[in-house]
Order: sequence, then C-alpha cells, then structure tokens
Amino acid sequence: MNLDQETIAKLAEHVENAELNRQEIVKITDDYPDMDYEDAYAIQYAIRARKEARGTRIAGLKMGLTSRAKMKQMGVEQPVFGFITDYGAYAEGAEIETSRFIHPRIEAEVAVVTKATLRGPGCHIGSALAAIDFVIPAVEIIDSRYKDFRFDLRSVIADNTSAAGYVTGGRMARPESLDLPVLGVVLEKNGEIVELGAGAAVLGHPAASVAMLANMLAERGEEIPAGTFIMTGGITAAVAVEAGDNICVRYQDLGTLGFRFV
Amino acid sequence: MEDLKIDQYGDELYSALRERRMVEPLTEREPKITIADAYEVSLRLLARRQADGEVVIGKKIGVTSKAVQNMLGVHRPDFGYLTDRMVYSNGDDVAVSEEMIQPRAEGEIAFILKQDLAGPGVTNAEVMAATAGVMACFEIVDSRIRNWEIKIQDTIADNASCGVFVLGDALVDPDDVDLTTCGMVLEKNGEIVATGAGAAALGSPVNAVAWLANTLGEYGIGLRAGEVILSGSLAPLIPVVAGDSMHMRIGGIGSAAVRFV
Repeated sequence: MNLDQETIAKLAEHVENAELNRQEIVKITDDYPDMDYEDAYAIQYAIRARKEARGTRIAGLKMGLTSRAKMKQMGVEQPVFGFITDYGAYAEGAEIETSRFIHPRIEAEVAVVTKATLRGPGCHIGSALAAIDFVIPAVEIIDSRYKDFRFDLRSVIADNTSAAGYVTGGRMARPESLDLPVLGVVLEKNGEIVELGAGAAVLGHPAASVAMLANMLAERGEEIPAGTFIMTGGITAAVAVEAGDNICVRYQDLGTLGFRFV
Repeated sequence: MEDLKIDQYGDELYSALRERRMVEPLTEREPKITIADAYEVSLRLLARRQADGEVVIGKKIGVTSKAVQNMLGVHRPDFGYLTDRMVYSNGDDVAVSEEMIQPRAEGEIAFILKQDLAGPGVTNAEVMAATAGVMACFEIVDSRIRNWEIKIQDTIADNASCGVFVLGDALVDPDDVDLTTCGMVLEKNGEIVATGAGAAALGSPVNAVAWLANTLGEYGIGLRAGEVILSGSLAPLIPVVAGDSMHMRIGGIGSAAVRFV
C-alpha cells in the first residue's frame, strides 16, 4: 500500500460523493499516480463501510472485466470485483429513473445465489457449481463516476467497478439443468437487437467467475457465505441507455427480462 | 449487363476458384453492375462447376448480421449455392492451403429440410414444419475477390463468398430448441474467440430460411426436401490459416470441429 489511511478515507468520500451527487470526476490516479491495487480495494471497502454506517445493506457481489477481450485491452490477468447495494435493486418490469445516474450503461449477465460457503484458495468450476443454489437472469446498470468512462484499472476498482444498479427477474433454474457456456442472451433496446452472446463470454463459464471471486476474496481472508447473490460478469458489451429506452433481454431457458428507463 | 460480360465474369470467377487466385472487384470494373447482374454471374459460375460434375445439395444465406449489412451498406441478405464438393464431416481436415485463398470461419445453424419450400408466402411456421432437423455448422467462407474488398454485388457474383462447410455432430428436432436464444461459443486453437446467439441471423435463423424461400420463389426456384440450408453467421468472422483448429458449440443443438491443414 502506498496511500495512508487518511488519504484512503478522503478518496473514498470523494468517489462516493460523485455517486451520491451524480457528479462526474476525473480518475483519481491522475492526482495519486502511486496508488496501487491494494489501495484501490481499500478505497472500495471504505466506500462500502460508509454506506453500511448509513444503514445501506450490501445485497451481493459482482464481478467485472470478465471478458478475455476486455482483460487484454486493460492489460490485466485477473478480473475485478465489487459490491452491490439494496438501493440499486430493480425488479423485472421496473421503471428506472435515469436521473439517478450520470451516464448509465447496461450489460446482460447471469447471476447466481449460493447455498453453501465458498472459500478459496483452490475454488474451481466444480466447487462453484456445487455451491450454486440457482441461476437467474440479471442486467447490471453500470455508471462510472469518471468523466466519459475514462479510467484505469485502479481507479475503477476504487469506484466499486462502476456498479450502480441491477435488474433481476425472468425465471430461475438449477445450474445442473443449464448448459451455462452456451446459454444464449439477446439484448434488445427499443425493439432492436443491439447485443448478443453466450455464457462463455464470462471467463469461459459463469461458474469460473464465481470460483475466481472466491479465490480473490481468499487473498483478503474473506469467503463467500451461503445465500450470497453474485453477478458473474457481462455476457454482452455495455450498451448506453437514456430516458425513454425500453429494454428486453431474452435468455435461453431463463425467460425474458424487461424494463425501461424513464 | 450484357450476356457476354455475365459469362466472362462468371468464367473468370470460376478460374479464380479453381486456380486459387484473387481477381479485381467486379464493382471497380463495372460500376453499374446491379444485384440482378451479380446473381446472373453467380449462376454462370455455378454452371461451370456443375459442368465439372458438382451437384447442388443446398443453399447458403449470407449478409444476415447487422454488422455485415452495415459494412456492405445493404439491408437485405444474399444467397449462394452449396455443392457436394463443399461439404465436410465433423472433425475433418480442410486443406486450406490447397483449396482456399483467404478463408474465414463462421459458426452457424444448418437446416436440413424434409419438405419442399416454395415461396412467395412462406412463413416461419412453414419453415419449422419443413425442417427435419438443425445442426451446428462451420461455414468456411472465402473470397475470390482481392483482399475481401467486396461490395454486395461482388460477393453475390462470387457465390456469396462461399467456400466449404462442416456439419456438426447431431441433428436436432427444431421443436426442441429455442433457435433465437440458443447461444454459440467459438474457439480457435483452444481459445474462446467469440460468442453469439441465434438471433444474430436476421433476428432468428428461421427468418433467414423464410427469406430465402420467398426470395427464390420470385424466380420460380424452390428449396427442396433433403437440401441443407446454412442460415447465416452468429458471430464475427474469424480468419484461419493452415495449422489452426476450431471448435464450436451451440446450446441445445450440438458441436462441430474442423482442422485446417
């Protein structure tokens, strides 16, 4: 770690205020070029603590940068993780207030809920699948607090990996009834197909993402408790949205998820 | 375009195919060439292949994705003919260095018909009723046009840039799979290079087959029982060279593999 506790607390307040006030900021590594990955996660955890102190409930975890193409583009070997909040939750059919965000984008994903503790290191697809209670379709709303989504990896980790909200719904299914790598997803905006893909876009298999999350948390001495909701990472590229947009996402074997931005 | 030129370009593309060499884009030499002209050229090319003993066993639909339509500046698909010389079995070696010029691999869904389909007026429901089964399929497209510098007329004249195709490991009843949301994973040399879903082909591969039946119907040509119809790529095209191996899998349908030598 290169930053002291005082700087971490100051940066956490700065980045969180950008979220709360919907005010974009420049990436924090501009002023703190020495900031390292540990510092970045320390800032993210400080933001989480600020929210919890205010009564916010942490609703689950999310993985980001799970596509090989994105990792290559950012020059990293590992994905990143963040947390999601109770106030970011939307249900199927929701009308989402676009003014709650700065420049929202959406990504179609699959989410899982676990039924057993997952503790790394050494978690793999098998242990992850065994610990998954069910799979449900989910769409993540990302909203970088950085101007024009311009950031580096450390800045985005500090900004809770751009997490802003999520929509869940459709229908759930047991992991053993699904062929997750080839589970197809079709994302439509205002009736037009804009993105599509299959589960393998997420680290080859969405369960591999869950295993990797457990292993990354283990490095911090943490585990994934039973009952945790986890967004496994974007299957599609992110799509910019604005007020008036209707979104419909169709999932193979998992139904359809629809909502709109107002 | 006059018949003489139609024959001349058809013959030129036939020679280019056989001799594995590229020709200048037709659209550079004949700026006024129409889509109808281009299909005439493709028929001449086909006639030359048939004269060599090749037999038509199906058809392919191309330009089915938004990305390719935007690239070519057209908003409708095109089609070409499949012959017995183009078909490979799952896991086969394809001698790209002897057979092809600038190959690219596409993952798609092949339809095997059990009834004739004659447009116009063919609906999605009729396509489903006429389908014996669907299969995972690689189409290895190739262009006889210089460096793939194609406009829509160039690719149509060149048999919709068809090369060869590889049928996968299973024939699945179309009732048993959601052809719109079925996901596809494409791997090259063990690395995932693309994912996609059925909807990439005109919103649904079934739409693509209905389009073909209705388009050909205008010319009095039908799709025949027993024919294989390639319904269009579900992901971006992947360039391949000798030494590459590719594998693909489609959710609920099956997989296909091919090695390039």
